[in-house]
Amino acid sequence: MGVYTPTLRRRARPNGRFEVMTWYLMRVSGVVLLFVAVGHLLWLHLVVGLENIDFNTIVGRWTGPLGAFWRVYDLVLLMFAMTHGLNGARWVIDDYVPRRGPNWAMKSVVFTLGFILILMGAFIIFTFRPAGT
Amino acid sequence: MRATIKILRFNPEVDKTSHWAEYQVDTEPNEQLLNVLHYIKWNLDGTLTLRRSCAHGICGSDAMVVNGRNRLACKVLMKYLGSSVTVEPIRGLRVIKDLVVDMEPFMAKYKSIMPYLINDEDPGSRERPQSPEERERFDDTTKCILCAACTTACPSFWANGEYVGPAAIVQAHRFIFDSRDRGAAERLAVMNEWSGVWRCRTIFNCVEACPRDINVTKAIGEVKKAILFDEV
Ligand code: FES
Repeated sequence: MGVYTPTLRRRARPNGRFEVMTWYLMRVSGVVLLFVAVGHLLWLHLVVGLENIDFNTIVGRWTGPLGAFWRVYDLVLLMFAMTHGLNGARWVIDDYVPRRGPNWAMKSVVFTLGFILILMGAFIIFTFRPAGT
Repeated sequence: MRATIKILRFNPEVDKTSHWAEYQVDTEPNEQLLNVLHYIKWNLDGTLTLRRSCAHGICGSDAMVVNGRNRLACKVLMKYLGSSVTVEPIRGLRVIKDLVVDMEPFMAKYKSIMPYLINDEDPGSRERPQSPEERERFDDTTKCILCAACTTACPSFWANGEYVGPAAIVQAHRFIFDSRDRGAAERLAVMNEWSGVWRCRTIFNCVEACPRDINVTKAIGEVKKAILFDEV
């Protein structure tokens, strides 16, 4: 009998706290989104009304008396929805694209797009002023 | 009782892909499916290949997909299967022949969690005592017989062969929560790897598949919690 050598191909990756923290993020953001995303949906569909949503509705809500609240609300929605979605995409890509090259390529595209969207969204939330003010 | 047994067969020497073969048998409602397979092998078609050893649900050799679910052939009776039964090899491992799959990757994952007592402390000239409560902590996971029914029922494992899988996590749980063991940190490090416990999506197929009624997903959850809060 020889010495046992593991045949298991284990990806040499720094494990640290990354996997556990992203897993935890999924639980926390899931619960947050349950309220924030559903609240967003109900508010815009039932309170505001689908037919009334346009550019001015959003401008009104961001510049009105509750402007700061709505900007924070939209920022929370943006951050949690995007990070939850991006991490979910990472898991799906890891599961279904096992080959190193395509895996890396797909993740790069998805994460680049994701971060551009997060930056664009956050930039607008923080800096938006309606024309003429 | 008359039954039609459809078996997904594969002979690596002639077949390119697996194919269904049908057998008619006369059997008793209280007969084990394993005995029906024996009957087929011994009387109808000697080339049928399967693994089995104890025939009493304890060695874990004969896990197979029966009517779409992972079962031990020796533990399931014909009366629960009806008159038309399908039998396939367990999924996610390479089929060697008929119902026999290559268990090597599965066993490698088992070995990776260090499935033995780790404790360098000298107990002196006595045993290492353990209270009933301390034993209760990991009682459920001691029941595992390594049949691979859970791991090969797991969609995360099907999609990602690197995932350590529910069976190895159950075995890790058995030692991590054993008060006599001192290797928890090492095992939790393996569980915390990319291929470890985080690939579990709480699908619960493993719980349904386990012929020993282990609450596999709960055990996985406890390991996740131990890593997250850094305490056993
Ligand atoms: S033959 Fe041993 S578990 Fe079925």
